Amino acid sequence: MPNPADLTQEQLPDGQQVLRLSGNFVIAAIGDLDGRLGSVTGPVARIDISGVTHMDTVGAWLVHRTARAHAAEVVGSNDDARRLLEAVGGVDQSETVEKPRASSLDRFLAEVGSGVIVAFTTLLQFLAFVGQVVKAFFVLLMNPSRFRWHAVVQHFDMVGVRALGIVGLMSFLIGIVIAQQGAVQLRQFGAEVFTINLIGRLTLRELGILMTAIMVAGRSGSAFAAQIGTMKITEEIDAMRTIGVVPTEALVIPRVIAAVIMMPLLGIYASLMSIIGGGILCWIVLEIPPETFIQRLREVTPMTDFWIGMIKAPVFGAIIAMAGCFQGMQVHGNAEQVGLKTTAAVVQAIFLVIVLDAFFAVFFSEIGWD
Amino acid sequence: MDQPNIISVSGLCNSFGDQIIHQDLNLEVKRGEILGVVGGSGTGKSVLMRSIIGLQEPTAGDIHVFDEGMIGKEEDEATDVRRRWGVLFQGGALFSTLTVAENVQVPLREFYPEFSKDLLDEIARYKIFLSGLPPEAAHKYPSELSGGMRKRAGLARALAMDPELLFLDEPTAGLDPIGAANFDNLTRELKETLGLTVFLITHDLDTLYAICDRVAVLADRKVIAVGAIDELLATDHPWIKEYFGGPRGRAAHRGHTRRKSEAITVEEKQGRS
Repeated sequence: MPNPADLTQEQLPDGQQVLRLSGNFVIAAIGDLDGRLGSVTGPVARIDISGVTHMDTVGAWLVHRTARAHAAEVVGSNDDARRLLEAVGGVDQSETVEKPRASSLDRFLAEVGSGVIVAFTTLLQFLAFVGQVVKAFFVLLMNPSRFRWHAVVQHFDMVGVRALGIVGLMSFLIGIVIAQQGAVQLRQFGAEVFTINLIGRLTLRELGILMTAIMVAGRSGSAFAAQIGTMKITEEIDAMRTIGVVPTEALVIPRVIAAVIMMPLLGIYASLMSIIGGGILCWIVLEIPPETFIQRLREVTPMTDFWIGMIKAPVFGAIIAMAGCFQGMQVHGNAEQVGLKTTAAVVQAIFLVIVLDAFFAVFFSEIGWD
Repeated sequence: MDQPNIISVSGLCNSFGDQIIHQDLNLEVKRGEILGVVGGSGTGKSVLMRSIIGLQEPTAGDIHVFDEGMIGKEEDEATDVRRRWGVLFQGGALFSTLTVAENVQVPLREFYPEFSKDLLDEIARYKIFLSGLPPEAAHKYPSELSGGMRKRAGLARALAMDPELLFLDEPTAGLDPIGAANFDNLTRELKETLGLTVFLITHDLDTLYAICDRVAVLADRKVIAVGAIDELLATDHPWIKEYFGGPRGRAAHRGHTRRKSEAITVEEKQGRS
């Protein structure tokens, strides 16, 4: 900008100074004048702004601030400048409010404390939420006409059908990895044929379901949290409540049911794809023909492995869907919350799934299903 | 009026799919005026504003702001024009993760990174004061503010760069009548102290009477009339007649003339005593 703001100091005979300001006193032309005005020392009698060609509120503020700091008189202002100076001067009458600041130790302690409180209240709220969902489910069983089939079917599509591609590809590759790693290790004992045991038992019992659960948590748990969270922000949930629609019935139950039904189906499919992947690798690398592979698989894989997977899958589905819906319902305030809660939903769901999986593993071993 | 044009829109066409919003729309905004833009719902008032500020690429037409063509300019172009205007969106459009003071400082930090933190704080403080918010609002987050306060905070951010041109999209919608009247006064005051030009979209008839120098009426895909309200009242377009002659229009007009005459009587009384 041409004609930038400038400052000249002039000594008066009595030791006082006159600050002569000139140029454009507008935001784009201020440059370093803020610092230069701040570093003026000594008594200032007057600030002469007759050389200022144009002024905006930032320029007026600088003049006002300097005048206030030195108790100086502002001279040479035209009508516009005077009006601006009055306008920005008004802010001094309002008291300043400082942001409250605490020491770093206090902040640390406060953070730890609130973290603990949040963790416990979240746990309690989650339990309350699960209770609410179960209650709503039984209420719906009593009044099946209120059940939202349409929503359930829609979520079947979102959770199940649309996940087929990615879950299938992932499981196929995992099957290959298990077979390949198993073959390399077992070859050392000349026991390559046990690769088939590894594939059959690991995929049906553990990995097929677990990896599917992680994928569903990432795909659908996060989507549930984001959808419900956004609806919370736009007050759609409040609108539902006022109309008399129970959000748990309308939003949560269909999602939970969809996840509970889709998880075992996706689990079977994932295990099947893993077995196909492993089988193909066995055929190519270990030269075990498919017929032998299938026959061996049927001999070494007990039916209980399949049932273990099928018992775990719906439980994981329920956990993922409820964690997603719960975090979505926890959103309040702003858009950032939606992101935070979506992340929390996925982390919480995967964590709970793995914890439960460990429990299941011990439990089924104890009852002799090994 | 012999003031130069700040905004000139000529031959503007906007359409979404088959739906034509604007066809051959012309509009001029002169320096130092408050131009009110009115029109029924769906006549494309907001689309017009979005076209002018470059958020919506028009199908055809020419838009000049501060004598610079705005058509086809990318987001990183025409920054000289961008720093000379301020925009208040309908909901305030504050950045939800920043406090009010930080919101006001966003444009300043973007364009003037050399400013000291103290100066930024001071600028934010008096912009917040100018927009009529209490000082303690500075450190609050948008979610902690009421709708009216959010609008004022949005205005404070729009004013951060000392703009010459201010766009207001329904600033008084959703405010109580007292709040709306205060906002009108604020707009008028700011216009007078800071020498602003204001492009104001509104449905509020009181706002039109109270602060607008001229009013542009959008209907039939174009601006069908521009002028002072008295001039518009003289036209015989059915929509304009219904708009200003309907019960609400008449009430606003009565209120306006009453306030005027009261002001005159007060002046007379003072003159006598």
